[in-house]
Amino acid sequence: MSQFGKVWVRLSENPKRGDLVEVRAMVMHPMESGFRLDNVGHPFPRHIVTAFACAYGGSEVFRVKLYPAISTNPYFVFYVVATESADLLFTWTDDRGEVATHNVHLNVA
Amino acid sequence: MRPAAATPEELAAALRETFGDRPISPGRIKLEIPRLAENGNIVPVAIAVDSPMTAEDYVQSIHLFAERNPLPRILEVELGPHNGRARVGTRIRLAVSQQVRAVAVMSDGTLWSTAADVEVTVGGCDP
Repeated sequence: MSQFGKVWVRLSENPKRGDLVEVRAMVMHPMESGFRLDNVGHPFPRHIVTAFACAYGGSEVFRVKLYPAISTNPYFVFYVVATESADLLFTWTDDRGEVATHNVHLNVA
Repeated sequence: MRPAAATPEELAAALRETFGDRPISPGRIKLEIPRLAENGNIVPVAIAVDSPMTAEDYVQSIHLFAERNPLPRILEVELGPHNGRARVGTRIRLAVSQQVRAVAVMSDGTLWSTAADVEVTVGGCDP
């Protein structure tokens, strides 16, 4: 079963063409590092988000490769130049092949 | 079994594996990270690179490493001129007090780096 939970995304409001848009994105995910032990000393199996990407108007503008040192519920803030009114498509992929996606329309004045 | 913490040698090996023998210069990159992190499970960090982010001169990627985590690699970010500003923020885990290192790869092929020492009160391996 997918361990992906709620997605949270915020963008700078009312950007004009050429403005810098601040993008903040988070997804709920345990990010079990594989280094944590249970009460009899066995490690909890690793289960992490390995990739996060953002596409703007169909072309990729941001990509992260994640390792176990990224905290639970991975959060990223980054920037993109507003060029056109288009969709931002966010995609998270974990090491069990589960995928979470989220779409936000960016309106550019 | 819990693996021993990575050593500065493992960090050096990870740097070599990622960047080969290319020279890494100090400067052009800034780490925004607290000097003292009370909770090693959630340490806010941002990496900002001094770059105009134009089609001719931009940051290609940013890499973050922890010298004494179980694994030295933290994240790798791919950027381009469409980002406008070369800054990325996230939240990371630090197992113990240690040095965090960031490396930026520029479009002209040069590599720039900085490091920051972080004191961790409660280590980030047992959330």
